[in-house]
Amino acid sequence: MSQYRLEVRVKPRPGLLDPQGKAIHHSLNSLGWDGVADVRVGKAIYIDLEAESAESAIAAAEEMCRKLLANPVTEDFAVALEQEAAAS
Amino acid sequence: MKVAVITFPGSNCDHDLYKAAQQVGGDASFVWHRERGLDGFDVVLLPGGFSYGDYLRPGAIARMSPIMDDVMSFAKAGGPVLGICNGFQVLCEAGLLPGALVRNDALKFRSHDVRLRVERVDTLFTSDYELGQILRVPIAHGDGNYEADEETLNALEDEGRVVFRYVDRNGEAVESANPNGSWHNIAGIVNESGNVLGMMPHPERAMEELLGSTDGVGVFTSMMNSLSTAPA
Repeated sequence: MSQYRLEVRVKPRPGLLDPQGKAIHHSLNSLGWDGVADVRVGKAIYIDLEAESAESAIAAAEEMCRKLLANPVTEDFAVALEQEAAAS
Repeated sequence: MKVAVITFPGSNCDHDLYKAAQQVGGDASFVWHRERGLDGFDVVLLPGGFSYGDYLRPGAIARMSPIMDDVMSFAKAGGPVLGICNGFQVLCEAGLLPGALVRNDALKFRSHDVRLRVERVDTLFTSDYELGQILRVPIAHGDGNYEADEETLNALEDEGRVVFRYVDRNGEAVESANPNGSWHNIAGIVNESGNVLGMMPHPERAMEELLGSTDGVGVFTSMMNSLSTAPA
């Protein structure tokens, strides 16, 4: 078993109104960044997990997303491996 | 009518619901979220509040509480379940109702009275109202913007599952009467079989003239009457 650190990104689905992103978008425009065309706000969740392999760690995190971490109605998710620590 | 009021850590309308149920002659009990079993109850109420501090998403953690397995079985067996505000969010997270409640479009927490139009009077929860009746009931939420995919939204309208809609003083579902950006001014919906209702406004806070409105009473008397006339 190895220890893995995973980064789970959860973001609002395309097309869904993201009022936070919109507010930040307006603020960036008013600060002078006229080129900012769109802003979406999601969240990142960091999970330390013991697993047999990187693949099984990722599979577990994806299952966590489907069950709890993301709402399939409004959010998409992506799981990435951050690092593999030495086996304890 | 034996009424279960489910209490999660962070629920804050559980006592209002308990009192509303008692006011119409119900026999209410609090059921803590870690308890199991709903045998003997006729109605299950999920209160408003901020269960688990709204961490992750409103209702997402509460939905995993032990008692929710029993609420799911109770609802699937046809038992009446009413979720108000955070209770509505929990019902959506649990999949007992379709869609999701996301951040209000103006990003503001809205706490004031709204007008609701009663769109269905053939449900367990609304039989004491007149079709098209306008109710004055408070809201208090930051995440009440009802969203779902297009297919679901069309099905809700086609099947007449929108029970309450935000309207103006003329009873029109106009944009200016919509406090949170909900699609088609949706304030409350039922599931396909009609035994699960979720709504963002708080009928349990509109039970006494002294507090500004008694328009919420009908939700509770409807349940009381529907259940006492139902065959045993």
